[in-house]
Amino acid sequence: MIQTLFGSVEQEPSLLERLKSGVEKTRAGLVSALEDALQGKKEIDAELLDELESTLIAADIGVRTTDEILERIRQSVERRQLGDAAGLKGLIREQLLEILQASERAPARVAEPPAVILVVGVNGSGKTTTIGKLAQRFRNEGRSVLLCAADTFRAAAIEQLEIWGQRAGAEVIRQPGGSDPSAVLFDAVQAARARKMDYVIVDTAGRLQTKENLMAELQKMTRTAAKVIPGAPHEVLLVLDATTGQNGLEQARKFTETSGVTGIVLAKLDGTAKGGIVVAIARELNLPIRYVGVGEKAEDLLPFDAEKFIESLFET
Amino acid sequence: MFDNLSEKLQRVFKSLRGEGKLSAENMEGALREIRMALLEADVNFKVVKQLIENIKVKAMGEEVLTALSPAQQVIKIVHEELIKILGSHESKLRFANEPPSVFLIVGLQGSGKTTSAGKLARWLSRNGHRPMLVSVDVYRPAAREQLKVIAREVGQTLYEGAPEETQPLELARSARRESANTGRDVLLVDTAGRLHIDDQLMTELQQLKEQLNPVEILFVADAMTGQDAVKSADEFHKRLGITGVILTKMDGDARGGAALSIRHVTGQPLKFIGVGEKFDALEPFHPDRAASRILGMGDMLSFIEKAEEAIDKKKAVEMQRKLIENDFTLEDFRDQMRQIRKLGPLESLLGMMPKVGILKDLKDVKVDEKEINRVVAIIDSMTPRERDNHMIVNGSRRRRIAKGSGTSVQEVNQLLKQYAQAKKMMKSFSGGFMGRKLGKMKLPAGFPFGDLPGR
Repeated sequence: MIQTLFGSVEQEPSLLERLKSGVEKTRAGLVSALEDALQGKKEIDAELLDELESTLIAADIGVRTTDEILERIRQSVERRQLGDAAGLKGLIREQLLEILQASERAPARVAEPPAVILVVGVNGSGKTTTIGKLAQRFRNEGRSVLLCAADTFRAAAIEQLEIWGQRAGAEVIRQPGGSDPSAVLFDAVQAARARKMDYVIVDTAGRLQTKENLMAELQKMTRTAAKVIPGAPHEVLLVLDATTGQNGLEQARKFTETSGVTGIVLAKLDGTAKGGIVVAIARELNLPIRYVGVGEKAEDLLPFDAEKFIESLFET
Repeated sequence: MFDNLSEKLQRVFKSLRGEGKLSAENMEGALREIRMALLEADVNFKVVKQLIENIKVKAMGEEVLTALSPAQQVIKIVHEELIKILGSHESKLRFANEPPSVFLIVGLQGSGKTTSAGKLARWLSRNGHRPMLVSVDVYRPAAREQLKVIAREVGQTLYEGAPEETQPLELARSARRESANTGRDVLLVDTAGRLHIDDQLMTELQQLKEQLNPVEILFVADAMTGQDAVKSADEFHKRLGITGVILTKMDGDARGGAALSIRHVTGQPLKFIGVGEKFDALEPFHPDRAASRILGMGDMLSFIEKAEEAIDKKKAVEMQRKLIENDFTLEDFRDQMRQIRKLGPLESLLGMMPKVGILKDLKDVKVDEKEINRVVAIIDSMTPRERDNHMIVNGSRRRRIAKGSGTSVQEVNQLLKQYAQAKKMMKSFSGGFMGRKLGKMKLPAGFPFGDLPGR
């Protein structure tokens, strides 16, 4: 049996609409600000470029990526490919799309279920909530899901996952708090294989990327998964709070080093969240964005599609 | 990732030798680097703009001093400007005249409210208060359960609420009554995380404020927050009038520029920072140290303070004497290792060090506390005579020591070699590691872990 990791690729009809309402604030922050900057401007001068720079940096896109985008604009102006301010918005849109698309990659194919998904991230980024939503999504697609409560550290993390499990109709494999997370993972993956489940989603304790020993613990977990099912974990999702600034780059870098992150989930993108950091991450680390979280409800986790994302940002 | 700002500035100013004054022209490159450093630390760009203006004005026309390099001079100015925003001294908590003082803990989802509430309760009880905790987060699954577990762990009282109390207001009111009745002087109210644009939930907070009349409304913010930090803080402040900020997750490598931005837009002081997962990892906020960190210059002061706390003064004096007399035995070496271990997690210590000069290479050193334990174990397995004079440790003694300490002969060899090196080196600097001259200390890269196996 061959399945792609995230099941059917068909898009919900309302995806664009929901994405649009989800990124409303980001759009207001980035694109509207761009439009304001461009308003009434005919020529591309230093002042305009300054304003563009501020707008991009304010969206957490980062100094380096911003510089690169501006450099391209300058070049275009020099080569007279771009004569007036009107074309600027299009050029920026094009560049953002290019960056995001360059890192797009299809999820790994899973030869034999279960697909093991490890969810990692710093404290409070939204891992457990994302897992709850993800489980619901898979269940809605008619898949069987087993949740693994490997956050044995934080108070009440297991209980929180169990409530999500009940909502989604997914069983939770747990051990008492304080247990070795790798042991819980081992149990869960074995159980899922024995029961022929489609997915195991593993919740891990939040950890700052600078904590060597905790990062080593993650490494051990990936090794454990591979021992039960060669090739597992098939997907390692790094959950990133959309309000994260430039530290997001370091998070992505370190988590990739130790646990082989294969994709990003951008959580809490509703609100005035910026999320521009994913552009920097896509550019510097070439990691694809898999999902965006745009609300508190289970259905508020949307699959990421660079083109639709940019479209929802730039078109009202 | 972050090169030290002063290092970059040194490069920028290389060309400045021979010029008498800082001017708009020769400052241009430096200002660009400073701007970059501030933006990469997630200081809000509007704040950065203003800062750069101020710095320009201040630096212009300053004479290039001989004592300080232009880079140092500029950094001094930047540092001063940062402190101006952050406030120059520690801000203390306020308490009501009539107990209980109610502290409302608010913030975005995942910023660390519940953990901070637990840490704060512990901190308060350590400082002579009798706090009570209550969670009014009726939304997030298992949120109240989480606070209950934390309260148990930190040994503090929690108001659990009756089963029929399902509304935040009810819960908070009963908790206050309960704390008044049981002689608790502070009530910590842990609220649900919310987005500042969520009108309904923000109204709920306003109601809580009206009903409870809190003396402190503490806004909990994540140190890793980017440019958006100002918006949420500003909105919370407008709706509630926050009285202070707790900046969490400062134990990572976030440079915490959000601190600057939040302080700038709300005018409210940072009161605490969260520096670890354990419940004692909450510290009063020191503006000067945060300023150094935002600039990527480490937190030398905290390091020195911590070192002074952990290191036994009398032993230090004794050590100094021994160093001078070249009487530094393996026993002393072990003592030193133990003292280093007492300093706490070494990574967090290294994070405090400025990444300059010789210490620059330290950032790549992965310090494993187990290595220290191993060193101590090896020395423990020696006889007093061997510790006194390492020259007598021959092959068969090495084998015995390795066996006794559960290590290998190679590891024992390496330790002895390392000790010999350390001894030689210690002789070469007066004052020594244990003295107060930490600022002048010169260690080879990786000391004392450079040559240990298992890295």
